[in-house]
Parts: sequence; structure tokens; C-alpha cells
Amino acid sequence: MTQDVSLQVNNLRVHYHTQDQAVKAVDDVTFSLYAGERLGIVGESGSGKSTLALALMRLHKPPAKIEGGEVILGETDILKVNREQMRQVRWSEISFIPQGSMNSLNPVMKIKHQMSDAIKAHQQGWTQQKISDRISDLLGRVGLSNSIADMYPHELSGGMKQRVCIALAIVLEPRAIIADEPTSALDVVVQRVVIQTLNDIQQQLNAAMIIIGHDMGLMAQSVDRLAVMYAGKMVDVSPVSSFFNDPLHPYSQLLISSLPSPDEKRELTGIPGMQPSLLDLPSGCAFHPRCPIAVEKCRQQIPPLRQIEESRRTACHLVEEKLR
Amino acid sequence: MPYFVRRLIMFVVVVIFAATLNFIIPRLAPGDPISSVLEELRARGQTVQAEDDIVAVYRERFGLDKPLHEQYISYLVNTLQFDLGYSISYFPQTVESALLNALPWTIGLLAVSTFMAFALGTLLGALLAWPRAPQFLQGLIPLFMLLSAIPYYLLALLLMYVFGFLLKVLPLGGAYTSATVPSLSLPFILDVIKHGILPGLSITLAGLGFWALGMRGTMVTIQGEDYLTLAEAKGLRDRRIFFGYAVRNALLPQITALAIALGSVASGAVLVEVVFNYPGVGWLLYNALRSSDYYLIQGVAFFLVLTVALAVLVVDLIYPLLDPRIVR
Repeated sequence: MTQDVSLQVNNLRVHYHTQDQAVKAVDDVTFSLYAGERLGIVGESGSGKSTLALALMRLHKPPAKIEGGEVILGETDILKVNREQMRQVRWSEISFIPQGSMNSLNPVMKIKHQMSDAIKAHQQGWTQQKISDRISDLLGRVGLSNSIADMYPHELSGGMKQRVCIALAIVLEPRAIIADEPTSALDVVVQRVVIQTLNDIQQQLNAAMIIIGHDMGLMAQSVDRLAVMYAGKMVDVSPVSSFFNDPLHPYSQLLISSLPSPDEKRELTGIPGMQPSLLDLPSGCAFHPRCPIAVEKCRQQIPPLRQIEESRRTACHLVEEKLR
Repeated sequence: MPYFVRRLIMFVVVVIFAATLNFIIPRLAPGDPISSVLEELRARGQTVQAEDDIVAVYRERFGLDKPLHEQYISYLVNTLQFDLGYSISYFPQTVESALLNALPWTIGLLAVSTFMAFALGTLLGALLAWPRAPQFLQGLIPLFMLLSAIPYYLLALLLMYVFGFLLKVLPLGGAYTSATVPSLSLPFILDVIKHGILPGLSITLAGLGFWALGMRGTMVTIQGEDYLTLAEAKGLRDRRIFFGYAVRNALLPQITALAIALGSVASGAVLVEVVFNYPGVGWLLYNALRSSDYYLIQGVAFFLVLTVALAVLVVDLIYPLLDPRIVR
């Protein structure tokens, strides 16, 4: 794995503006995505991970608004470019694989036209022949037959549609791909096929990929690093092996102990309480009301995301003190 | 059975059913047309001799002495061959020739103004729901609501009063200046267009609000669809997303609504034609009703049903081209 940074996100803040206050859906998030790497982002529903995914491509819709920060893709901060420049960056530099739902493809357009649309929006010089060659090559790479190109989305199964979306995401060989819960809404067998396809494709292109989801098991098998989001903040970033072997943040520890394991028979523990409402966050560390080891400091100060080891960062006062 | 065959059968069934109703309803009334004519004569103080013989002769001539099912079959055969009988008030003109004279005017007026209302209303409605459309368009929403609430004929009267009576810039009625002889010369065509503006405008304006509000509603729903987010993520140009992804999908319910609305458009146009003295099918129907011209009324009614059924058939046949999911 090379250490070239594909995507650098600094202090990104995305707020939803309601009538009388701003909801901080993404609050001061900083992370790097390296070329050829797969980064998983996990979190409960409402933790801000999908908002983050959309904001990275500036696809968020009002009332969401980017309040500050940088999203540096290659050399350019895409939060600073104008609409037309942003349009050109999309898909050619950073593409998107939507949730494995049924509605991501235009129901009235043939698959080949949905794919050629993306090519034509960015590459003027391509001949019709080159475009259709490219489409059949891509469909082959995700394990679909060429006849799919002439079909409409309603003629495909959920897994086939998701593989079409993967093929679509790489038509222009972007440097970064964001997959937002690419396997939700698919059954377990198809999930595996789709994740495998995704990994193969990503390795072939050596693209950087962000996979967003909440299936820890699937994540464990498919990503290099894992980032945990809680109440709009990134609270734990770690290589996937050390994340599962020796989780640092108390929330990560609880997440892992809530997973069943075939090796040891033990009582499964859930995480007590509910994720707080973003409208009414607790003081200090947002996790403190549910944290089994919280101390007074946790109620007062928000812990910053600190470097703990070479490649691990965690936002927890206690972890920080223990290791100091 | 293939989709289009099923639709065609549906069309034939609708037409036969409408023709049947047309046959039954007048016969449900007590008495028969011959004796009611004689009744009328007697009421005017005229004496009618050998009344029974006259009734019998005319009943035979019009085939009213035959059993009902025979009458029905010959009626059906005639109707489906477009032999609709003689008009009483325009005698010796036949019903079909009266209809054929009126038809070009109605088709010209209705087709153009309905299409304009649909196209313009749909486009404006789509823009109303498009986040990147100019903001001032939002101001049109109350206007559209107002327009969709005003009936065609009321709007027609209003327009006629303002442009025909107060400003005197457009003619008050008719399809062309009465002294001219219809021809295909340029001055005559311009004259026809001038006469068509007000009736056309009242149909267009009254329909505009309906189409715009309907389209806006669908577009708002479609904004949240994942395929629009993906289209934007693909870096497509705005124009392409708007027409190829948003409008293209929002159009489908509009087309359905068009098929349904065609019926009310036809009946609404009847009143507009009456208001403007426009020599179309509506005006024909109005005069037929006034002079109790039964055959003509039947003919026009049957013809209106036929048109609507035909329009619905056309929409039905076009629909699979617009929405590939419909063919099963």
C-alpha cells in the first residue's frame, strides 16, 4: 500500500439548518484516504456517515450546508471550485456507489445509455464504438453479460443492479470511490458477491475507496482501515486488524463485544442507552452517558481526535491518559 | 395477448358500448318520435287526418316497426359505418357531413390549444420544482392556482370582454370574418388565426394551471429519488439531468392525466365554442340541442365518445415507448 494521499479531509463541518438551530451532522471531521486503500466508515443511523459521503462530492441538499473545512482531492480543494468545475470533478475524479437500493438507476433508460451518459459528460472525443466497447468491458469486469447493456433497470435483480452501479462508478477510472452502504438491501449471498466484485475492481484500478456501512462483519473482511463515527464526530480511526484485536475507544470496544464470535461462547453485550439526538447533545464527550468508564472530565471537555499510535487515532480522554 | 391487441379490443368495446347507450337512452323515454311530432303539430292547433296511418307509414319508413333487436343491429351497423342519418335542423344535410364541416375548426382549436397548455404547463411546472431554476418563477404558483380554478367558459367571457369589447383588438366571435369566402390564401389564414386567439387562449390559460401544478407535484416527489442524486454525482450537465432524468420520469403521470383530461377538455371546449360562436363541433351540439335535432345530438355525442376513446388509445399505445415497465 502506497502512502500517497488521494483524499484529504480537514475539519469538515456540515450542518443542517432547522428553524432555530443548526444540527451538526458532520462536526470537525478530519481524515486521510490513501491511494489504493479501503477505508470503512461505520456508525449508527444518524451518526452523520451518509451526510459525510454526500458532502465529499458536494451532493448534500439544503437544509444541509458545508460550514467549513477542506476536501482536498489530488491537489484541489473541491469546496472552493465553482459549479462547473465541480461537475467536471465528479465521476472523473471521485465517483459514488449508492446504497444497494432499487432506485439508483433511471427506470426509463437502458443501462448502456446510463453509462454512456457519464462518459459523454466528461469525454468529448470518444467515438460511439469506443463507448460501447468500454461498456461491454466494464460489464464483463463486474461479472455481467453484455446483453445487460440493452436492458432496463426493472429487468435486473437487486444484485445485478448493484453490480451495474459498480461498473458505472469506474467508467472514468476515478482516483476515489465512495460506496454508501453498497450491500444493504441485498441478501447475504449477494452481499458477498457484490463486496468481492467491489474489492476486485478497486484493486485493479488501485483506486482509493470509502465504504460506508454498519455491518461490522462485512467491514472486517473488506476494509484496510476503519473509522467510527458517533454523533457527527469521528471518534476512532484504526487499521482493521488492531481495531478488532485491541479496540481503543470505549464505544469501539462495546461495538465489538456486541458482535457474536464463533471462537468463544460468551454473553453478548449491547450498548446501553440510545445515541443522543443531534439537537440536544450531552456536554463534553457525546458518548459519556453511555460510557461505562466515564469520569468527570468526560462530562466537561470534548475529547479531540488524538494520535495514539503510529496509525491509530482516538477521541477519548481516558485512552489518552492511560497511554501517556 | 400482446399489449397493443388488448388496448385495441378495449377501444372497440368502449365504442360499441357508447353506441349502445346512445341507442338505448332515447328509447327509454315514453312514446315514439313520430307521434311526438304529430303531438306537437296538434298542440299548434293543426288538425292531422288519418293519424294512425301516418304513424304507421313513418314507423315503417324509419324502421321503428321492426323488433328492437333488429333495430339495434341495423343501428349499430350504420353507426359503425358512420352513417348517422339526416340532420333535422340542417335537412337535407346528413349528420356526418355537418360533423365533417365542423370538425376541422374544433380540431384546429382544440389540438393546438390543448397541446400548448400541456407543453407550456408541463415545462413551467417542471421549472417550478427545479432548485436551479430562476426564483421569480415561484411567483407564478398563485397565478396557476387561480387559473386552474377558473372554468374555461368564464375565462372566455372575461377575455372576450377585455380584448374584444373594451380594447377592440380582437374579434368577438366566429372563426373568420363573415363576408370572406374560406380559401387557403394568406389573408384568410391570418384572419382565422386572429379569430382563434381568444378561444384558444381561454382553453390554454385555463388548462395551464392544471398541468403546471400537476407537473410541479410530481417533480417535487422525484427530487428525492436516488437516481437524481446519482445523475448529479455522475457530473452530468444540468440540462441533461433536468430533461433526461427528472422531466422524463415526471412526465409519465402527466401523460396519464392527459388521457383522462381529454374528455373534460372536449366538453369544456363545447362551451368555449358557444361563447365565441365558433363553428366547431361544440357549437353544432349547442344548436342541435336548441332545435331538438335528435339525430345530430346522437351523432355529436357518439363522435365525442369516439374521439376521447381514440385519444386514450393513442396515449395507451405511446405509453410503453415512454415507460418500458408498462409492457407485460
